[in-house]
Amino acid sequence: MTKELIRLSDCKVAFDGDVVLDNINLYINDKEFLTLLGPSGCGKTTTLRIIGGFLKPDSGDVFFDGARINDVPPHKRLVNTIFQKYALFTHLNVFENVAFGLRVARPDDKKIDKHEISHRVIEMLEVVSLKGFEKRDVSSLSGGQQQRVAIARALVNKPKVLLLDEPLGALDMRLRKDMQNELKQIQQSTGITFVYVTHDQEEALAMSDTVVVMEGGVIQQIGTPEDIYNEPKNAFVADFIGESNIVDGIMRSDGVVEIFGRKFKCLDSGFEPMEPVDVVIRPEDIDIVSPGKGKLTGTITGITFRGVMYDIIVDFHGFKWLIQTTDLCQVGTEIGIQIDPDGIHIMKKSRFSGMYGDYSSYSAEYDDIGDAEHEYEPEDEDEA
Amino acid sequence: MKPKFFAVPYVVWMAIFVIAPVLIVVFYAFTTADGGFTLTHFTEMSRFLPVFTRSFRLAFISTIISIAIGYPVAYILSREGQRVQRLMIMLIMLPMWMNFLLRTYAWMSILENTGLLNRFLAFLGLPQLQIINTPTAVVIGMVYNFLPFMILPIYSVIVKIDKSLYEAASDLGANTLGVFRKLVIPMSLPGVLSGIMMVFVPAVSTFVISQLLGGGMVMMLGDLIEMQFLGSTYNPQLGSAVALVMMVIVILFMYVMNRFGEGEEKAVGL
Repeated sequence: MTKELIRLSDCKVAFDGDVVLDNINLYINDKEFLTLLGPSGCGKTTTLRIIGGFLKPDSGDVFFDGARINDVPPHKRLVNTIFQKYALFTHLNVFENVAFGLRVARPDDKKIDKHEISHRVIEMLEVVSLKGFEKRDVSSLSGGQQQRVAIARALVNKPKVLLLDEPLGALDMRLRKDMQNELKQIQQSTGITFVYVTHDQEEALAMSDTVVVMEGGVIQQIGTPEDIYNEPKNAFVADFIGESNIVDGIMRSDGVVEIFGRKFKCLDSGFEPMEPVDVVIRPEDIDIVSPGKGKLTGTITGITFRGVMYDIIVDFHGFKWLIQTTDLCQVGTEIGIQIDPDGIHIMKKSRFSGMYGDYSSYSAEYDDIGDAEHEYEPEDEDEA
Repeated sequence: MKPKFFAVPYVVWMAIFVIAPVLIVVFYAFTTADGGFTLTHFTEMSRFLPVFTRSFRLAFISTIISIAIGYPVAYILSREGQRVQRLMIMLIMLPMWMNFLLRTYAWMSILENTGLLNRFLAFLGLPQLQIINTPTAVVIGMVYNFLPFMILPIYSVIVKIDKSLYEAASDLGANTLGVFRKLVIPMSLPGVLSGIMMVFVPAVSTFVISQLLGGGMVMMLGDLIEMQFLGSTYNPQLGSAVALVMMVIVILFMYVMNRFGEGEEKAVGL
């Protein structure tokens, strides 16, 4: 089933001399759910626009099903897009919005007769649970409903590939979770290849078959969600996906790394002896023991209750670590820690080394991630 | 209650300069010279039927030509860069800063039998054209003078169409022509409607253009009304009646246009 459908080879894009995409090489398999993940300005949307045909790379090639499509305009590609702000046609009602692609000449076939158009539109509106909304004005719909119209409008054309540009960005937290499941279901039942752009790492991990992490116009890592989380390639990926403590270490030999002068067993090998490396330790992989029994000893400087567990900040030799634990602790007490070999992940030094993974400014960072939850407002049910 | 206070000057202004004159016109239209009620002005009016039809016909032709020229200009303009757009808008507005009479006189000297146009044609060895003092000259004058009022409303509606809608349309399979037909035209209709209003209404009632470029050969409603008030046939009662009938027709026309445009205007959020 893994047949290559889209390939970007050495794609480069610059706007006014600013390099936005730097030699992107990427292939996308048929029926795959691939996510382009990264902070804003990392080049993920630019990559999507190249696939959609709205942007030509300055150099490099784009292939679709083996054929070069650099010069094929958007309306001739078997690709449809769900735009960031939906881009619904406000002069048309829900039915006509969805029917738009069927009424214009499609690249693959001739005119579709009226009866079939209405059949397919109604069927599609049923899929997105908008049956009975045909005559409604799109501007009278809620954000979630507009989102569904956008999905129906794209899918009714039966594209080979669906491009989604941060489609859930404007929705509140709970609706977003529902739509994630729904999109994943639609993708699996239709077998359409999804290329999904987001800056939300949780969304990427939950939905994708393949995650492509981007930063500064460069692909940092491509892999399954598990690979990306467990085996990040560099400090940027480790920090961007989930919470990570990233510390300097020295590789003593295969399977042994030195952190803060102490030797830890690990599962990584293939490094030069005494090579300086970045060590990633996920907060949930650290075991708290009594001070005497631990490999390292530190002082608790902060505790936050998160529901299922506590986030505690521990000071080791001036470097603050985040540890997640269900144990009840107190600020000011000394603790020891143990780390199992599979809780340690070794990365080569990169240009991101030393930029991430320190929790000295911990609270500020958590606020950024948490604030979406405050925006939740109950949906107005009696609109229909 | 306070905000109402600020509306007082406006209400007074409206009462003195809009409502009162209209009432006076209505009063004159239904009275004889010595003040008695009469309907004869309206029954007599049938002899001016040719003037009515000519006025509406020429105004209609001018409006159609203004759309034919103005729409493409507005569309092309909206696709240009910010700088070009600003410059072009200024160039379109520029003639309006000159006196209306001067502009029309300029067209006289272009279209005259021995004017610029004919001298240019003679220079090329081409036959002479008789344009001045014909309806064609009046239409040229009206299109020239009213064209900016067609371009600007259409332009301002088209530039407001979100760029992502063009992308969405082409993403859904519409080629350049399809995007234009299915997106740009329907979304710009409100602009066209207000353009029609702003060209057609003044064109129906124009009198300076028809006098200067029509040379008295092309009498329009504006000329007819002016004659009743200032000319040799002094008869303000009849003039008022003609003005009233014209006003009613124009109001009906505007009402129909507005009803037609209601659905569209909501679409663009005007």
